[in-house]
Amino acid sequence: MAFIPHTPADVEAMLATIGVSSIEQLFDEIPASLRVKSLDGVPVGLNEMQIGRLMSERARADGRPLCFIGAGAYEHHIPSAVWAITTRGEFYSAYTPYQAEASQGTLQLIYEYQSMIANLTGMDVSNASLYDGASAVAEASLMAVRANRKSKSLRVLIPRTVSPMYRRVAIATAGNQGLRFEDVAYSPDSGLTPVEVLKKYEGEDITALVIQQPNFFGQLEDVDALTDWAHAHGIFVIAVVNPTSLALLKPPGEWGTTGKGADIVVGDGQPLGVPLSSGGPYFGFMTTRTEYVRQMPGRIVGRTVDLNGREGFTLTLQAREQHIRRAKATSNICTNQGLLVTAATIYMSLMGPVGLERTAAASHARANDLLMALTSVKGVRRAFTGPFFHEAVVLFDRPVAPILTSLANRGILGGLDLSEAFPELGYALLVCATETKTLSDINSYVTALGEALQSAVRAA
Amino acid sequence: MSNVPPDLKYTKTHEWVRNLADGTVEIGITDHAQHALGDLVFVEVPESGRAVKVGDPTAVVESVKAASDVYSPVAGVVTQGNPGLASEPEAVNTDPYGKGWLMRLRPTNGTATAELMAAPEYLKLLQTEAG
Repeated sequence: MAFIPHTPADVEAMLATIGVSSIEQLFDEIPASLRVKSLDGVPVGLNEMQIGRLMSERARADGRPLCFIGAGAYEHHIPSAVWAITTRGEFYSAYTPYQAEASQGTLQLIYEYQSMIANLTGMDVSNASLYDGASAVAEASLMAVRANRKSKSLRVLIPRTVSPMYRRVAIATAGNQGLRFEDVAYSPDSGLTPVEVLKKYEGEDITALVIQQPNFFGQLEDVDALTDWAHAHGIFVIAVVNPTSLALLKPPGEWGTTGKGADIVVGDGQPLGVPLSSGGPYFGFMTTRTEYVRQMPGRIVGRTVDLNGREGFTLTLQAREQHIRRAKATSNICTNQGLLVTAATIYMSLMGPVGLERTAAASHARANDLLMALTSVKGVRRAFTGPFFHEAVVLFDRPVAPILTSLANRGILGGLDLSEAFPELGYALLVCATETKTLSDINSYVTALGEALQSAVRAA
Repeated sequence: MSNVPPDLKYTKTHEWVRNLADGTVEIGITDHAQHALGDLVFVEVPESGRAVKVGDPTAVVESVKAASDVYSPVAGVVTQGNPGLASEPEAVNTDPYGKGWLMRLRPTNGTATAELMAAPEYLKLLQTEAG
């Protein structure tokens, strides 16, 4: 059976009914200059056998390198049960089903997910997830504009210690809706955003301050001082956090000394049972306080009782959403990542608070080992002082790119070259180690690095 | 038949306006409007000090399956949003012209309510819409 159900007669009848002469004419609204005339770049279809072969060849080309890159996506051990359960037929769906209430099991799972994420972040309510961490930062900024009714400026302070990828996505998503994202400089010694740098904004109308913890450099910001400063000046706090780290660090709901905590918390949920998969799909999470729930984008599952008093689950607070509020919905560019949320919920259930804490502690310990080992190599030193979680910036005495190429040839992904995003740092590399790295892995890195530096010397 | 008190002024978009003794005006939605919306579960009222123009979406009334903007029938500065609606949004359903008021404004000029309808005219509008 063809996948296109309309016969030419059907199409003609429909066009005649609405008084349009051709399908082409339906797209008149789109200027001709913006329309794609042909799809030359798209190759002809392959059959299943051919595509299977092509994909396994591509997968082989990736190899199985030792990965020391973090920068927003982290390799953690995923218990086999996570995806064995996630891919069961009962769960296997991309997102919230239509006629959602007919799928009580799916709704209950999302409800449990929301409870866990709200707990982990120390906030009142969670939505059913967003696309990824970057889009969650954009959505949080738009939400802050709606929720912070004291501020009219649409100005969002986004320190340079926040992921540059997140900043780019936030600007791309919300920049054309009038939001202005303004950089805040970091201390070259600590790699942190000092409160003193923010003083110049005092007395100005600022809508929100984004605080990433651990920050993009892996360093631990003084979140209490930053939160207190923001709240003292009527500025919303958008916390961007790594969920694994929350097993050890203070949850954003408790940031600051006034007991108020962050106003909106977002992050990428990938560390919770989602494989790296060359960059996605991942999922974003978002939590807030009850008073702002009507400004939150995304789906929300609630627990209720039916006519007979039996427990049930339902999509709730839907008047925020596009199928009801149309153009004035809290967001028209979001959905939840149902399958990945399923995996994350099962991951969190299997790990439990203790398991997550051990994972976080082991990741920190391995990152410490990695830093000690790398900085023992001549010409390699740490860029910043102060505590970090499971990644950090190291500086080299020569350009990083050739070193990374040389390491890659030895089966090691050595980290993220920061020279493009942070040229002022010099030859800087962001490295990460999680619980998946053994001391022998770290030794392999150091050995390969020594060889890479040697061969570079010889080449020079 | 909808309750349309004779002492108020009305808009085509089903808001009502009451002139208060202190020169401010009180604004709400009509009995007809609350009935059409169904049981309200949440009302967002404006913060005081906000300047609004005629026709600005100024409050939001939300029922289980719909959310609608309430447009300001007068230009002015908000002096108060009804604080009671945060915990008791159903007051808009049960007492739309009393406890269910949405906001109070100080009009920017004295003739701000001149273009509004009187009760008989609004009743006629409801009959036309129903017809």
